[in-house]
Formats: sequence, structure tokens, C-alpha cells
Amino acid sequence: MAGVAPGSPSRRVFVELREIGKHFGGVRALDAVSISVEEGTVHALVGENGAGKSTLGKIIAGSLQPDAGEILADGEPVSFRSPREALAAGIAAIAQELLVVPRLSVAENVFLGAEPRRAGWVMRGSLRRRFDALATEAGFGLPADRPAGALRTAEQQQIEILRALARDARLIVMDEPSAALSEPDTVRLHEIIRSLTQAGKSVLLVSHFLREVLELADTVTVLRDGKLVHTKPTAEESEATLIQAMLGRPLDAAFPPKPSLRADAPVALSVRKLTAPGVSDASLEVRAGEIVGLAGLIGAGRSELVRAIYGADRRKDGEVELTGARLEGAAPLASLRRGLAMIPESRKDQGLLLSRSVFENVTLSHLGEFSRLGVVNRRAERSAASQVLDRVAVKGGDYASPVAALSGGNQQKVLFARMLMCGPRVLIADEPTRGVDVGAKRAIYDLLVGLAGQGMGVLLISSEVEEILGLSHRVLVMSRGRLVAELRGEEMTESAILAAAFAEKTAESHAA
Amino acid sequence: MTTSTDTTPAPPELDAAQTLGGRVQTLAQGRWRAAGIVFPFLMLFIVLTIASSSFATKANLLNILDQQSATLIIAAAGTLVLVSGGIDLSVGSIYGLSGVVAAELALHNWPVGLAILVGVLVGLAAGLINGVVATYFRISALIATLAMSFVLEGLGSLITQGNLLNLFTHQSFSDLTRTSIFTVDSSIWLAVVAVIVLGLFLARTTTGRYMYAAGGNPEAARIAGVRVNVVKVISFMLSGAAAGLAGVIDASRVLSAQSQDNSSLTFTVLAGIVVGGTSILGGEGAVWRTVVGVLFIALIGNGYDLLGLNPLYEQITLGVLMILAVGLDAWSRGRAA
Repeated sequence: MAGVAPGSPSRRVFVELREIGKHFGGVRALDAVSISVEEGTVHALVGENGAGKSTLGKIIAGSLQPDAGEILADGEPVSFRSPREALAAGIAAIAQELLVVPRLSVAENVFLGAEPRRAGWVMRGSLRRRFDALATEAGFGLPADRPAGALRTAEQQQIEILRALARDARLIVMDEPSAALSEPDTVRLHEIIRSLTQAGKSVLLVSHFLREVLELADTVTVLRDGKLVHTKPTAEESEATLIQAMLGRPLDAAFPPKPSLRADAPVALSVRKLTAPGVSDASLEVRAGEIVGLAGLIGAGRSELVRAIYGADRRKDGEVELTGARLEGAAPLASLRRGLAMIPESRKDQGLLLSRSVFENVTLSHLGEFSRLGVVNRRAERSAASQVLDRVAVKGGDYASPVAALSGGNQQKVLFARMLMCGPRVLIADEPTRGVDVGAKRAIYDLLVGLAGQGMGVLLISSEVEEILGLSHRVLVMSRGRLVAELRGEEMTESAILAAAFAEKTAESHAA
Repeated sequence: MTTSTDTTPAPPELDAAQTLGGRVQTLAQGRWRAAGIVFPFLMLFIVLTIASSSFATKANLLNILDQQSATLIIAAAGTLVLVSGGIDLSVGSIYGLSGVVAAELALHNWPVGLAILVGVLVGLAAGLINGVVATYFRISALIATLAMSFVLEGLGSLITQGNLLNLFTHQSFSDLTRTSIFTVDSSIWLAVVAVIVLGLFLARTTTGRYMYAAGGNPEAARIAGVRVNVVKVISFMLSGAAAGLAGVIDASRVLSAQSQDNSSLTFTVLAGIVVGGTSILGGEGAVWRTVVGVLFIALIGNGYDLLGLNPLYEQITLGVLMILAVGLDAWSRGRAA
């Protein structure tokens, strides 16, 4: 088995999976997958959504049990019935949704469930000493006494890493650890992962970000439809080879060509001096047929800005005009009726009714159109919904079944379909490709570009700078609740965006 | 390493366990959950038919429906509240207050029809207050309606001075429920009509759809342009009006009304809704389920009566059943997630 980085000595295998299989109902999530994780290495799992990489991570960490195959730790067969048992064998997991108790202090969170105690009483002094020792060793500057809920995502993640180290974990399974992190926090995370492997620990990295995988991993395993495609040293891989292996075909150009923007295109959306919680004094314009990218670090206030424009949050001050007419009030309903639609940041929390059917999710905003005297005409509803769903190319069959059964990409397309039914003139798309696999990403890009081509104004938020650059006619950069830069044409580069996103910070610290 | 597609065949007993597990899971998510309480209901019905010759008679079955008419109406509307993500603990007191108001007006020789109408409107108004407090004032529905239940019960007692209002001198008040239509009492017809109207309202109207949205994911519903608070207020108003109608119906059935000791009705109603399979967390459920749930509980009571069993065990049976119903709900949700 190839798994040794070039030049490094052959390493000892810690955990080995043999022919692991797993079903969910009738769906085969994993089919005879075998991998070995070596000590002191980063082993990455990549694949599209639904390829089985998270499932495999969960099986290793004991939160799921395989239907077939065996797991060996240090060459001995083991079976984990719970994460607790996996932890006892030296395997810890850090899930996508972080698990900290918000009210407990950082130190208490780290030793949660393993507090130094005597006769049932927690020994606070000893707990604190052990925390300090551990944090120093790992090089984390976490405030021991602050409540964990008050910390940033990246710091909460460090709590979980410390928690794993506190239990002497030898392998840490990380599922999409950088998905919710800002750029500098991601850099810091990568340093942490490298120092873990230097200390002899192994990391199983489940990640969507191929650049991250190529940068960090020693070995990379590609999964497709629950099957192992191959495992290779990272040195033999590139983004292109990984994508090809994940898709089973080469990916065409990452972005469709931008639609041409007429010089005399009228202004569709105009925002003047808008102030809202997390946003101060923001003014912007989006023209018909124009895609405007809204870039910035996480927490810069991008979502807050678009939510205030749309009316999902209350505006304190400022005006929003849609094709010349002022948008009054804060109700999203008023915005929708005027022709402003939004695809929210989190499709699960803010977008979909997961247990309801695809049809119902598509027609939710536009139900009155298929109703007479308040009674829904289901036949009309279904035929209209089917047409729109065909337009956005949702695949995966039964529109009468719950939307939760669809893949992330298709769920996102359902939201596009809902929005299309309302026929908006301006669309706000907040992170439309988050948690969406590579193939579906391109489909969503095509949709956005197609809509702009038909004259819709698009305000696009994305944390992936390439996406902003690949799709937008113009880029606005936000920092600390303010719009700090507007980039056009040649100015639109990754470094210019990052410089603007960080610049305001230094400017403010000078002023202070 | 290349793609490894050929599977080692699993030991047969493991394979069998997998398919069985898979089946149980699929059933829990889909049909089995959809069927819910229907199979236990049918089984109980068959068992009682065999065990007692007087069970499956027209007289007994109509008697059950007559006794349950008030509960069915309140529970049908309560289903809408639960689906919308609320809960209404004041239905017992609204039921008491509306019955008392209608009875008091009848005793003052108001026209019976008007007395009944005012009784229902009292319920509607109470529901409106419940809804506004639970949404625009941002007080949890549990607390808002619990507090409201004390207020309403107190108001009722102010009217009755704590006495039982007796309507035996106003026999015409019983016309509401004791008019025979096709040999069936009008109390039952009222319940049937109310249940069908509320069922269709939830299943087929835009507002009904919005109720599922408001209860299932209020933030998503709001962003999609649903006026979540308005929808919730409507559900509380319907619940209040239904409880008012139910109070008037029972006052008419027994020709008396009292303002106190109606809180157990609140919980009988909730039990019926939950046993039927409507989720207490909102966003899921149906009126027909509630009808089956309420009647299931009624059959247990009827069975204890007919078979001469110790009625003390009836409550224990009911309690255990509720735990099973809610546990099953939580379990299937956990599986589906």
C-alpha cells in the first residue's frame, strides 16, 4: 500500500480498515472500503457529497457501526460501539458542528467527562493546572475561565482539539475543520495540524477544500459513491487529478463565461447609507444583468448587510430602492412582492422545510398563485413546480418525497426554484455553493450566470475568493460592517480582495 | 491501489440482520409512521367487538361519539396549533368560560342562538389574546396559555360565583345538540363538520400550508415570505373558537355549566393529539390522526366500562400509551435525521 511520503521512512500503521461496508436503509453508503492510517501523518478523505467520506470518518470514530468489514488498531481487531470506546482506543473526532457546552468555561469543556475528581467532586485547582500544561504544550492561547460560548468558532475548535489531546488521542478525525473558519484561522488550523503530526499523532482529514488537502495531507484517499477509487501519496496528486477521480470524468472549465453587461443597463437595486445591526453606512448599486460579488472575512457583516437589504432583519437607517421604487417595511414578504429575492446563507436553518415535500418547498413563497379563495389547487401547483424544477435541473426523482432526501446541491437548486417562481428582478445569493459538491457547484454557477444573462441583477456572497472572481462583474469588499473597497476589471484579484478585507483592520488599529 | 469493487459476501445471518434493520428503518421513516395509531386503533376495535357483544352496536358507538364531540372539536383545532409550533393549555378554561357565558345569557332569557354565538365569540377572543401574547409579545405559548387559563377560569368563577349553572328550566338550550338528523344527534354532526372543515383547512388551504412551514422552520418560513406570526395567531384563534364551541356543546348536552375543574380536558385533548402522532415540536401532523387518537383513548375508556375492568388501570394504560406514542415520535425523528 502506497502511503509513504517521498523521502520519509516507512511509518507504522495505527488504524486499518478492511472491506468496510455500511447501509442506510436501502442506500449503500460504503462498499468494501479499505484504508490504513499511519502514525504521524495526515490522511485525507475526499469525494463529492454523498461519496461516503463523512460516514467513513464516523465509523472510525465509533459514532457509526459498520455492517461489514473489520477495524484494526495496532494490528488488533477492534469494534467500537460508541465514540467513548473509540476514544479509549486513542481515536477522537471533531465534528463539523462543534460540540462545546456554551456556559461551561474553556477548561471545563476540555476536561468534560474526564474531570479530575475525588469522591464525585471536581478538583478545580488540578483541572486548571492540567489545562495550563496542556494548552502550553499545544501552543494554544485560550482563555481558561471564559465561557466557551463566548469564543469564536476557531477557538471552539481548538477546545475540541485540546479535548482530544487531553484524552491521549493518537488519531484525530476532523470533518471539514476549516469550512466555518476565516482565512487567518484556517492558516492557524493548518499549523496546528502540522504540529500534531510532528508530535506523532495522526489526523484523518475529511475536506472539501482540495487546496487544503494538497497542502496538508501525506496521503489522500478518493471515494466515489461509497467506493474506494484509490489511495495515493499526495505528491502524486493535483487538483485536476483529484477532481477527475472524484467525478469519474474530467471537469470542464470551473466557471462559465460571464454574461456580457450592457453599458446602459439600468440600476435594479440601489442601497443608500444603510445601517443595521453589524452594518454601518453601506451604499451600493446592482444593475440589471450584473453580478456583483460581495467579499470579506467571516464576521465582516456580509450576511447582515444582505439580510437588512432583503428585510429579514430590521434596518435602523438608510434606504433600499428596487428599480426606482423605495422598499418600505421590514417584512420579507414586501421585498418578494416587489421583486427582490434572497437565497439565505444556511439552507437547512433558513431555507428549507426539511420534512416537507420538494413541491411544497418550491411553491412556499408563491402559493397564492395556485390558490382560489385560499384553497390550494394541487394539480396546478405541481405542474408549475415541476416546470421550474426542470429549469434548475434538480435530479433525484420523487418531488413528493421530503426535501431532506435530496443531496446538498439539489437542495440548493430547490431554493433557486422557489426564488424563480417569484420572478425577481434582483437576487441575493448568500453562499449558494456552501456544502455543495464539485459537480453541483458548476450547475449553480451556470444558473447564476444564466439568470444574469436574462437581465436579473445578482448580489453574490461567497467565502471562496475564486468564486467571486470567476463570476462577478464587480467586487465589493466588506470589513467590520463597512464596505471598504470596490474593485472592477483589472483590479479584481485575489490579493486585492484580501488586502482590502484586512486593510480596514490595520487602519482602525492605527486610529485607536 | 486500484478500485476494489468486488465484495466479500457477508455471513448470511449478518446479511439478514442488515435487511431487517434496513426495513425497520424505512418503515419507521415512511409508511409505518404515516399509519401511526391506525393499526392499534383497529386492533382495539376488533378486540372489543369480540370481547363485548354490546360494543359494536349503533347505540354504543353513537354514545361514544356524542361523549367525545367536544373533545374532538377542541383536539382538531389544537392540532393546528401544534403543527404551527405552538401549544394551547387554556382550552379547558376557555371551554368552561364559554359554556358559562352562554348558559348565563340563556338564563337571562337571551335568544338561545345568540347566547351560543356569544359563547363561541368569547372563545375566539381568548384565542386572539393567546395568539398575540404568544407571538408579538414573545412569551412562550406554554406560559402564555397557562397564565391565560388561570385568568379565564377566574373570570368564569366571577360569573358563576363558583356555582354550577343549571339550565333545566331552559330545555330549548339542548336543541343545539339533541336535534336528531338522520337518527343521529346534532352534537355528533357538529363534531363531524368541525373536524372535516378544520382537516381540510390544514391540508388544503394556503394558511394550512403556512402552518406546517411556521411550525417546521419558522426562520425559513419568514424568509420565504410567510407571515409566521399571523399564521400562529390564526391557529390560536381557531383553537379558542373551537374550545368555545365545545364548551357550549357540552353545556347543551348536560344542560349545565361550571367554570372550574376543566383543566383535565386540556390534557385529554393534548393526549389525543399526541397519541394520534402529531408532533409536539411542530411542523408535522394531521387532523385525521387526531381524530383516531382521541377515539383510541375513548375506546380504552369504553372498553373498561363494558368489560367491567377496574377503572383505576384505565389511567395507567393511557399514560403508558402516551409515553409510547411520544417515544416513537422521537425515535423515528432521530432515525430520519
